[in-house]
Amino acid sequence: MPKDGGIGAATTRREDVRFLTGTGKYTDDIQTHAECAAVFARSTVAHGIIKSIDTSAAADMPGVLAIFTGEDFVEVGGNPAGWLINSRDGEPMKEPKRPVLAHGKVRHVGDAYAAVIAETVQQARDAAEMIEADIEELPAITNMKDALAGDNFVHDEIGTNQCFDWGWIEDNRAATDEAIKNAHHVTTLELVNNRLVPNAMEPRSSIGSYHPGTGDYTLHTTSQNPHLTRLLISAFVMGIPENKLTVIAPDVGGGFGSKIYHYGEEALVLAAAKKLGRTVKWTADRSEAFLTDAHGRDHLTKIELALDKDGNFLAFRTETHANVGAYLSNFATATPTFLHGTLMAGNYTVPLVYVNVKAVFTNTAPVDAYRGAGRPEATYSLERVIDMAAREIGRDPTDLRRQNFIKPDQYPYASAAGLEYDSGNYDALMDKMEEVSDKAGFAARRAESEAKGMLRGFGVNAYIEACGIAPSNLVGILGSRVGLYDAATVRVNATGNLSVMVGAHSHGQGHETVFPQVVAEMLGIDPQSIDIVHGDTSKIPFGMGTYGSRSLAVCGSAVVRATEKIINKAKKIAAHMLEAAEADIDFTDGEFSVAGTDKKVSFGEVALKAYIPHNFPLEDIEPGLEETAFYDPANFTYPSGAYCCEVEIDPETGKVRVDRMTAVDDFGNVINPMVVTGQVHGGLGQGIGQALLENTTYDENGQLLSASYMDYAMPRADDVPYYIVDHSQGNACTHNPLGVKGCGEAGAIGSPPTVVNAVIDAIQSGGINVTHIDMPVSPHRVWAAMNNAK
Amino acid sequence: MYAFDIERPATVADAVAALANEDAQALGGGQTLIPTLKARLASPEKLISLTGIAEMQGISSQDGTLRIGGGTNHATVASETGAIYPALAELASHIGDPAVRNRGTIGGSIANNDPAACYPAAALASGATITTNNRDIAADDYFQGMFTTALDEGEIVTAVTFPIPEKAHYEKFVQPASRFALVGVYVAKFADGVRVAVTGASNEGVHRWTEAEDALSANFSADALADLTVSADDLISDLHGSAEYRAHLVKVMTGRAVSKAK
Ligand SMILES: Cc1cc2nc3c(=O)[nH]c(=O)nc-3n(C[C@H](O)[C@H](O)[C@H](O)COP(=O)(O)OP(=O)(O)OC[C@H]3O[C@@H](n4cnc5c(N)ncnc54)[C@H](O)[C@@H]3O)c2cc1C
Repeated sequence: MPKDGGIGAATTRREDVRFLTGTGKYTDDIQTHAECAAVFARSTVAHGIIKSIDTSAAADMPGVLAIFTGEDFVEVGGNPAGWLINSRDGEPMKEPKRPVLAHGKVRHVGDAYAAVIAETVQQARDAAEMIEADIEELPAITNMKDALAGDNFVHDEIGTNQCFDWGWIEDNRAATDEAIKNAHHVTTLELVNNRLVPNAMEPRSSIGSYHPGTGDYTLHTTSQNPHLTRLLISAFVMGIPENKLTVIAPDVGGGFGSKIYHYGEEALVLAAAKKLGRTVKWTADRSEAFLTDAHGRDHLTKIELALDKDGNFLAFRTETHANVGAYLSNFATATPTFLHGTLMAGNYTVPLVYVNVKAVFTNTAPVDAYRGAGRPEATYSLERVIDMAAREIGRDPTDLRRQNFIKPDQYPYASAAGLEYDSGNYDALMDKMEEVSDKAGFAARRAESEAKGMLRGFGVNAYIEACGIAPSNLVGILGSRVGLYDAATVRVNATGNLSVMVGAHSHGQGHETVFPQVVAEMLGIDPQSIDIVHGDTSKIPFGMGTYGSRSLAVCGSAVVRATEKIINKAKKIAAHMLEAAEADIDFTDGEFSVAGTDKKVSFGEVALKAYIPHNFPLEDIEPGLEETAFYDPANFTYPSGAYCCEVEIDPETGKVRVDRMTAVDDFGNVINPMVVTGQVHGGLGQGIGQALLENTTYDENGQLLSASYMDYAMPRADDVPYYIVDHSQGNACTHNPLGVKGCGEAGAIGSPPTVVNAVIDAIQSGGINVTHIDMPVSPHRVWAAMNNAK
Repeated sequence: MYAFDIERPATVADAVAALANEDAQALGGGQTLIPTLKARLASPEKLISLTGIAEMQGISSQDGTLRIGGGTNHATVASETGAIYPALAELASHIGDPAVRNRGTIGGSIANNDPAACYPAAALASGATITTNNRDIAADDYFQGMFTTALDEGEIVTAVTFPIPEKAHYEKFVQPASRFALVGVYVAKFADGVRVAVTGASNEGVHRWTEAEDALSANFSADALADLTVSADDLISDLHGSAEYRAHLVKVMTGRAVSKAK
């Protein structure tokens, strides 16, 4: 028991019943009596001085209840960055204040400088248009290199546009330079990791309410981590005590990182609720989502790979400019540094790695973690430069990788970029990938394509990522200002069913299905008798949120620990019921029995007894059956994978079609293979989107040109092939109780370089010497590159 | 959106009368107009819906022509014209997505004359006649540049009549985000010559490529285009493609349209 619902079962997702029947409840679906609406007045220029804001005409409009401007929030705190990064010279990063509403200056198109609260959304919109803001436009800063050279600053008070200049590992800098200088061969590649708009299907939405009788605030909001939002609002921005603020994230329609962060709109609806004694709702429209959700990626990178004459990797040296946009979002400083630099040894036994990252303020939307967060940037740089090196020295790209792989007997392995990988077998992943992708059939498929006048390419790559973002000790050393662990409470109700309160919010990941599988397996009971409660700070113990593929590895481990405590206590109760010594109690398949006898009680009977403690030994056993655990692991987890894809290019138009895509991943143990496959599919879709389609473009005035779906291309069903996904090659994580590694981001990390490598292979197969094309590899770019090379 | 009133006249005459009010605007399928209103980029006080006008619905054919009522949606054209004018049916079946095709109308598309829209290319290449509430306009006179047509204020497209060519094909290279035409070329071969209309490419909107028409009229094969070049002057350059790329695509798409014409 339960063979069909426990660990390893491909149970269908129970949350899909409500999502697919339209009965999910999202923030904007919540309707409260006497609710009013907030609408923001947003800058239409990228950079400007706010000379004056005249709200008098707006205030006279019908239905208007209140108008806020930046003036109203000068006394409250700024929205902070969660990680402190020090520059190479030891100076701490520059941290200009991020106010609730822009004050003094507007710094990107969409920057909110005022908010109108009115009886209806329509009235608030009408009034917002009547606000007269006198904004003196300044030249926009959009190009990172220009930003560092000029004397036009996004934040005048810091006197620079550089947030930090970080080196990793600084002690290896000289040795890396030396190795590159003396190497037999050095491959150099300059590339762009293109900026992405997250595009969650549900736009952000927040509802603030205030109870004047108790002084309690409630915030319903689209969040991946309600506790973190509560902490930021309490400790940094508004000073509302945590015990007076409940944050609830109900059903959330996708986040991909963009809903990790606390945004000013959340503080505004709370402040307005208090001022008016009314419930205040704001929901972004799609244009606001494009302009103000934290964007992803946006790195400009130069990477060099040094090799010896036999093709052994000697060093990777990377110089990156990372765009952080106009304000520091909560993880913005961690993403290009410790989620990127520490991964720059990849899957390889390279002895030297040096990474320099300059983070740059620009007059664009803030940039932060987006599915993969730093690791896609690392993987893309590494796997592109390795591919290029293989082509330059005439080696097969797969063989060159295999030659430099860390081998299975080398774990735990201390990478040259400072991490200790616990387990893996990269050759086995490659073998499996070659098998399930039918690599052997590629030559025949290429011949078929060529017969049609098309070019076909095969692209391969390997990746490793650091997931299960925690432990506190490690992230503390790396600059995190918070701990990273997670928590769960397992509550066994009197009638034997369970409510499990978890810190990890679920917004597409399937926790409501997967976590019960773990508990059911441990207790030997029906998973349908277990429900997950998440997303409400008044109901769950604590949680650091859902991102960095950490939910199962960290929060799932807390669930395991809490369930172990339940079993321990239940054994005590069973011993009492069976009049036996606790040490003689066995627990298997949901039954407690006395070793060597036929005496037994079921889990359900024990649960009932816990709540009807007639003649309980109360000095030894408390009534009730509920346990909480906080889990802080010993290390990151290290999923890895081998991916390949085949593309077909129409040489006349430059159009790339991904024909085959194979993802073989080591996720450690797999709790629900169907959910894991679904996570990989989603990641692959986003990775193909980044590689081929998604192009976030600001013009020189800081206007977002790709600000709607008319110009921002999202991947659609016919842009992606039927995926071949395999996770049979798992090596259990060695340091968490489930042996799991995390699977949420892998697809988005592994796929972009695979696609671009395949594009280059295809073009070169036509005898055209194109060595690199920046993403998105649009038809126009392919055509132009092929034309220029002819 | 700003608040507006809506009227649903049952006849063209009533619609024309309602549109005499200068703050009124015609509403076809709303697939262009409604997003514009949502973004508060237009503020008509009154919308006059044309979709309830029976005389503007439906498809009929006679004497080698196909007449499509101005209020007919794309899905209907896609499903009902395949036997008689397959190139047009295929064009309609690739406009937008099912929701767009079930709402958007040929009259709305022709009236809007988006420089990347598909129907204008079909109308121009087929030498169609645009019928309004008070006149017939030849396609050659009707399309007058991006978003510009011969229609007067308040004039309604009630029907579009297509002469049916011997062979035709529309070849569309999609803009990756909107999936409108980055470049679309409609080639129509008639007994007395070939007409080629290009959409998506030019700052002047839909236009004919007369050199290709001459070459193809002499020899209806993709090879006939080999020596032609398309000038990038006045072609659109944007996020999705430069003028040079569009110029290149015009030729490639024309060749493919010729090869696939049937
Ligand atoms: C997601 C999406 C994808 C699309 N893809 C394509 C595509 O690939 N190719 C393509 O060609 N189009 C595409 N379209 C546009 C679509 O075809 C529209 O339906 C069409 O352009 C407008 O027709 P409508 O009936 O919706 O007009 P409306 O939006 O109602 O009106 C458009 C304009 O025409 C006026 N108007 C409407 N009907 C008449 C009439 N009978 N007489 C005079 N004036 C009138 C209106 O006043 C308004 O100014 C797409 C639209 C969307 C939303």
